[in-house]
Amino acid sequence: MKKILIVDDEPNIVMSLEYTFKKNNFEVFIARDGQEALDTLKHQHPDLIILDVMMPMVDGYSTLEQIKQNPELENCKVIFLSAKNKEQDIEKGLSLGANLYITKPFSIKKLVEQVQNLLN
Amino acid sequence: MSSLGLLLILVVYVVILFYIAHWSEKRSHSKWTNNPYIYSFSLAVYCTAWTYYGSIGMAAKSGLDYLPIYLGPIIIIPTWIIILKRIIRITRINKITSIADFISLRYGNSRSLGALVTLISIFGIVPYIALQLKAISDTYHIVTKTQPHSNIFTDNTTYICIALALFASYYGNKYVDASEKRRGIVTAIAIESILKLVFFSIIGIYVTYFVFDGFDDIYTKASVLEDFNKKNTIGSLSNGINWFFLCLISMFAIFILPRQFHTAIVENNQEKHIRTAIWLFPLYLLLFNVFVFPIAWGGNILFGSQGLNSDTYSLLIPQHFNNNFLTVIVFLGGFSAAISMIIVSSIALATMLSNNLLIPYGFIGSLKNISPEKNTKRIVLSRKIGIFSLIILAYIIYRVFILDYTLVSIGLLSFVIIAQLAPSFFGALFWKRGSKKGAVTGIILGFSVCFYTLLVPYAIGTTKSSSTFVQEGAWGIELLKPFQLFGLDYLDPIPQAVFWSLLVNILSYLAISVSFSGNYRERNYAEMFVDIDKYINNHENAYVWKGTANISDITKILERFLGTERTQRALTIFNLKYNIDKNNNIADARFIKFAENLLTGHIGTASAKIVISSVAKEDKISLPEVLRILEESKENIIINKMLVENSNELKTLSEKLQRANQELINKDIQKDEFLDTVTHELRTPITAIRAATEILHDDENIPTEVRQKFLQNIITESDRLNRLIDKILDLEKFETGKQKIYLSKNNICQTINNTLESLQQLIVNKKIKVDFETKTFEIKAIYDEERIIQVLNNLFSNAIKFSSETEGKIKITITENNDFTAVSIHNNGKAINPEDLEAIFDKFYQARNQNIKKPIGSGLGLAICKKIIEHHKGKIWAESSESGGTTITFTLPNYNTSET
Repeated sequence: MKKILIVDDEPNIVMSLEYTFKKNNFEVFIARDGQEALDTLKHQHPDLIILDVMMPMVDGYSTLEQIKQNPELENCKVIFLSAKNKEQDIEKGLSLGANLYITKPFSIKKLVEQVQNLLN
Repeated sequence: MSSLGLLLILVVYVVILFYIAHWSEKRSHSKWTNNPYIYSFSLAVYCTAWTYYGSIGMAAKSGLDYLPIYLGPIIIIPTWIIILKRIIRITRINKITSIADFISLRYGNSRSLGALVTLISIFGIVPYIALQLKAISDTYHIVTKTQPHSNIFTDNTTYICIALALFASYYGNKYVDASEKRRGIVTAIAIESILKLVFFSIIGIYVTYFVFDGFDDIYTKASVLEDFNKKNTIGSLSNGINWFFLCLISMFAIFILPRQFHTAIVENNQEKHIRTAIWLFPLYLLLFNVFVFPIAWGGNILFGSQGLNSDTYSLLIPQHFNNNFLTVIVFLGGFSAAISMIIVSSIALATMLSNNLLIPYGFIGSLKNISPEKNTKRIVLSRKIGIFSLIILAYIIYRVFILDYTLVSIGLLSFVIIAQLAPSFFGALFWKRGSKKGAVTGIILGFSVCFYTLLVPYAIGTTKSSSTFVQEGAWGIELLKPFQLFGLDYLDPIPQAVFWSLLVNILSYLAISVSFSGNYRERNYAEMFVDIDKYINNHENAYVWKGTANISDITKILERFLGTERTQRALTIFNLKYNIDKNNNIADARFIKFAENLLTGHIGTASAKIVISSVAKEDKISLPEVLRILEESKENIIINKMLVENSNELKTLSEKLQRANQELINKDIQKDEFLDTVTHELRTPITAIRAATEILHDDENIPTEVRQKFLQNIITESDRLNRLIDKILDLEKFETGKQKIYLSKNNICQTINNTLESLQQLIVNKKIKVDFETKTFEIKAIYDEERIIQVLNNLFSNAIKFSSETEGKIKITITENNDFTAVSIHNNGKAINPEDLEAIFDKFYQARNQNIKKPIGSGLGLAICKKIIEHHKGKIWAESSESGGTTITFTLPNYNTSET
């Protein structure tokens, strides 16, 4: 079973994502901000992380930077999922090493497809 | 003291002076000779032997009457900073070398007026020089205890005069260009000015403190003398008027006396030297007068009724006590005062004589056709002869006419004559309508009155009471008595002459000037004189001239006087200044004026014009045309000025624009950020709604409870979306001023209670304790209740949200004073970062924190609160308490009269 970590501060969005990925046979972990995500990653090594950008405490970009410094997470894929949809935001996210940058609002069906593509 | 000894001392003294002059001439640019102090002291050439000896005589005989001659200048000198500066500028740009040039140039460069001014000056000044010679002669005889010989060839003073005349003529005219500065002479004059003041003070101190026992002692002893009080008070009104007229002519004298015009104006090197002169020179005059009174009355006490000449008290007193050293010192001081006046006056007069009388009326024709070297020689020689003959003439006048007059009376006579130039002189500076005809008539009539009321009686002899002319008037007509003209009997002879002559002079100057307009040249120069500050840098432009002339012809003339090298140098400068092609051969007005200026120093303004017009055929211009051209050049100058002003204005405008632009850019950035955040904030609930909806749509097997949850999510997020839109619109209304507030008197406690009530459910849910002490009070304030409820609602919601999770507490405090009512809402939650305390009131304050999201609702609530409070003219701020938690306070002014 593939592990997935969802990092977002909007509970209602998280709820939809959690429901959908569980239904698609993922083991799902939740973090409500960057700090929580990094804490979780200390003992969990998910295959994929879905990361929001604007979050309290530690934002998505910094979270990714720290993830990239951890050699144990070398193979972990990262998808940014953000309402920040300007080109420079997207470029920044990709340049930090994210595999995908998906803007909100998004299609859940498509997201699941993209996740599965990434993991295969 | 023996004659030989004194002569020897004199020779040594003159040699020293000669050496000083020679030394400083060589260092004419060193700071030792070219400084404001030398300039200021050289002005003290005003203090002649008349001051040095005559004041004492006057004070001894008639008390305070010696003072007006110094008061006049002291009163008028502060105006130098404006007037003298103007005169200096006019003089500099026109290369004027004398008062005659100055006046005649203004009135259309009139040859005849220049000659008239020269004649008046000679009439006024030669007796004045004679007076100096008399002083030298008298004092020489006193010091050597000899009697003047009636045969002038056996009198030693004759030879002193001849020596002086030779010295002055040799040294006074080295340059052909009279506008050249004579640093040597000026420095020597300044040194002499210092010496005469020092020597005079020495004798003053000697008399006051060694012969007597201080000022008090002299006063006490003098006050018992006959007439002391009468002499030393300004008695009646008529005496006051006498003083007024004496002050007036000495005010004129300080400007117009040829030697003053020469030192103050022609020899002025830098305008800024005036600033030193306006305090140093009056101070000098005051210092000079300190000891006049003690010496005069000391002399009266010592010599009483011995019938000695009181003019010479300063010599008689040390001699009386057999103090030879002091006697010689005093003599040298007086000698200095006399010779500096003689030298400067004779130089100035000789320049006028040659440039305004001899050359334009005499040998101008012969000068045109010979070599520059010969020309120079002839001009210089003519001036040298002029100086020599003027001094000798003065000596003759002294011997023939004024052996028995006091120094003061002759000096004043000079002043009155010179004052006749005052109306046309000052008119030249300030009045454009003043015309040549007016000036000539005024001067002639004024001088005639002087002649009748002063010169004739003085020539006959005032002291001879038998003179029927003085006693009974011409032809025995009472009204024509020279000292009581037309029955004016309460003035002294001199003030009376001043009154009548100046009255006639001014009236005729004004009347004729107004009645007959002058020619175009007069009008042209009037413009250049009166508006000198406008033309200071390009005066050649202001010169109006029309006609045909070749530059090469004029150049030939210039070379004849200036030599090839100087002419070519000057031409190069001229071409550069006006950016003129050097191959151009047609002379324009600027060139004509420029050429005249170059020649003026050598041969005077009038001759310069004559010489230039011999090769430049001038067309007559009508007066209206001159006025038109002048108007145009004036307009050009004004346009220039306006352009400068405009460009300054443009500069400030463009700066303003730049600032406005920067503001706009900032606002634009803010707006972008705002939009960015708004879209982000809008997308978040939409994202949640979309996700939930998609699940509900695609997943038919969804459990009912989960379905309910998703549906609830959609409702919550829709509400959130709606609230957000409301708030954005609200804020927009306040920001654009569309939102009005309606003020009324309300009970703030009641308003708070109402708000709390609507939030009761939330408070109960979170188990928050609300502390509101003044709950039941009635505290009136003026506000728009609906809006303040909006504020309170927002603040309470935040307080509830952020208060401690376990033991939540909210405290409401109301404070009142004269100016405002303040409401504070405290919650015991987390404190806000100090640097964020202000920022939380910015809309979407998270936007500034880049990607870090702060849990503050929509990010618009506090921004709206702030807007509402600001519309009430109140303030809102946040504070973090040390005990934890946050307090937000807003104020409502009590005197709120805001229309919004």
